[in-house]
Amino acid sequence: MQTNTESPADPNDRFTDAGPSGGTRTVPDQTTSRSLPDAQGRFGPFGGKYVPESIMAALDALEAEYRAAQADQSFQDELRQLQQTYIGRPTPLYFASNLSKLIGAKVYLKREDLAHTGAHKINNALGQALLTRRMGKRRVIAETGAGQHGVATATACALLGMECIVYMGSEDIRRQALNAFRMRLLGAEVRSVEAGSKTLKDAVNEAMRDWVTNVATTHYIIGSAVGPHPFPLIVRDFQSVIGRETRAQILAAEGRLPDLVIACVGGGSNAIGMFAPFVPDSGVKLLGVEAGGRGARLGQHAATLTYGEPGVLHGAFSYLLQDADGQVIETHSVSAGLDYPGVGPEHSYLKSSGRATYTSVDDTAALQGFELLSRIEGIIPALEPAHAIAELVAMRDRGTIEPDQLIVINLSGRGDKDINTVAPLLGITM
Amino acid sequence: MEHPIRSAFARARSEGRAAFVPYLMAGYPDVPTSIALAQAVAAAGADVIELGVPFSDPLADGATIQHASQQALAGGMTLARCLEVARAITTSTAVPVALMGYYNPFLKMGLASLCERAAEAGVSGVIIPDLPTEEAEPLIAALAPAGIRPIFLVTPTSSDQRIARVLATAREAESGFVYCVSLSGVTGARNQLPTELPAFMARIRAQSGDLPLGIGFGIASPEQAAAMAQLGDGIIVGSALLNAYDAAPAGKGIAAAAELAGRLRAAARG
Repeated sequence: MQTNTESPADPNDRFTDAGPSGGTRTVPDQTTSRSLPDAQGRFGPFGGKYVPESIMAALDALEAEYRAAQADQSFQDELRQLQQTYIGRPTPLYFASNLSKLIGAKVYLKREDLAHTGAHKINNALGQALLTRRMGKRRVIAETGAGQHGVATATACALLGMECIVYMGSEDIRRQALNAFRMRLLGAEVRSVEAGSKTLKDAVNEAMRDWVTNVATTHYIIGSAVGPHPFPLIVRDFQSVIGRETRAQILAAEGRLPDLVIACVGGGSNAIGMFAPFVPDSGVKLLGVEAGGRGARLGQHAATLTYGEPGVLHGAFSYLLQDADGQVIETHSVSAGLDYPGVGPEHSYLKSSGRATYTSVDDTAALQGFELLSRIEGIIPALEPAHAIAELVAMRDRGTIEPDQLIVINLSGRGDKDINTVAPLLGITM
Repeated sequence: MEHPIRSAFARARSEGRAAFVPYLMAGYPDVPTSIALAQAVAAAGADVIELGVPFSDPLADGATIQHASQQALAGGMTLARCLEVARAITTSTAVPVALMGYYNPFLKMGLASLCERAAEAGVSGVIIPDLPTEEAEPLIAALAPAGIRPIFLVTPTSSDQRIARVLATAREAESGFVYCVSLSGVTGARNQLPTELPAFMARIRAQSGDLPLGIGFGIASPEQAAAMAQLGDGIIVGSALLNAYDAAPAGKGIAAAAELAGRLRAAARG
């Protein structure tokens, strides 16, 4: 049995420290993420700052401000207070008994779908919005794909009284009209991006162009654990509340750590937030599930770690879906939130070090996962974590589940936003 | 022997003017026209040509170059074909060519292979807007044996310490010139350039010694070119030339771009 100095009743006491500060551990710290990234923003060979000189000074200033905020008790107190009373943390760790019976293992769901705004994105958006205020900036920009990060950022800006501009591909605005409306309702300006494939990647490009232009007055709240250093670090740290809570909650419920933790991976923020606190626990397997789309052919999926190779996009060296000439290719996934050709550099590192493994499931399986969880647990998941549910089912079908296996899935968001996508695919006219 | 880009800047200085550095996109609007455009601006007095390498995600570029990039890629442009365009320019004109493009296609070709092939095509310099000096060591190491010089950028948001760092790297790598970005923003023609520009250039000048300074981003008119020539050793113009090409009637684009190039060069008296 493992012991842990973090009280399961109060899993929320720190936001900077990804692990216990001194308890006896049966597993030694080895591949601890806490020492990474290094001073150059590298996770092994991955990460770095591949950006125009115009924003290098802003990245340095952001890192300095973030380090100062980490050491500032009042900043942490305010964040913790808002996490509890505004976001609704800690989110429950729910024992999914029906799903467990079906799978033949003990399955818990980390209910990030119950966080305010309906997904884990608010953890990072609120943290970075507080940092923005600390930096004395009053204008925030963000990119969004499915709209969840855009809604979370618009929410945090409404709360803190800041101007908010969200870049969103025109194709995504069409697919996610509800979220575009929610952002406007929250007082944000949604700017339609017509360039390229008119999806998330192009929204990031346009947000970067805005930032290069307005960097003196503006903070760019990146929505995933991607981009130049220090963004992958900051986003991981703000999202690590997920894994810290989960670790304490599972110890309280089961008296031991899980055997396996599963999360979906697009850019990878919910996954890194869940994984990071478990990285030192080498007995806990970490499994990321990417979007397999319509199949393995380049352009038909968004499974960057499964099929890609390292390259530079949006400021970081990481796995990337690219053609033979180094051009970034357009991706496909039924889930707009996973529809991105890059991935956070720390995931590339965890893959190459072997600490985490990554796989993919296709659109059809994800839709089945979406329906399954709705029917047997009464929880409509977002299409993104439906990929993680689908992988669990696939593992059962392959016979790789053991009866007393303890499994945690990060249910990163709720599925209301996906109704308009799913209905026609299931042959339902609304 | 002095490096071709340095020689070009030195020659312009000896003639009492700023070097004129036009930017064109390889493969825009198509391969033969982009070569003909380069030859036309060379005939109009270009001192160095920046040859754009198209990329799927040009996040430091405004609408004009984004569009050119997209069309070049749609026409099947690759880095290997860009090197063929470079070869066609360097073998038909006396103007040194610097490649300007984002890092990933270069990385994908392999830096050693890229440098060897670029040298073979007669390329003299490389400019990568998403490769700050902090990340440039592998490129600098690969370029050196090929005799190709990296060119780094400084911007109005660069602190004096950062400017010192960039200049030190440029000196170490014997850069052809230092690319001074005139404004906070992306590429693209502007009606007006920032009033803080003289102060920014003075900040660089205080540390730059004999390193030539080229000013780029936003320059569109001969009047602006003349003003910039008072502040820098070279002026870089891209979007305005592509706009001139695009705005001209069919068949007149090359002449229109060349005509603007000639006026910009004539205006850039030091």
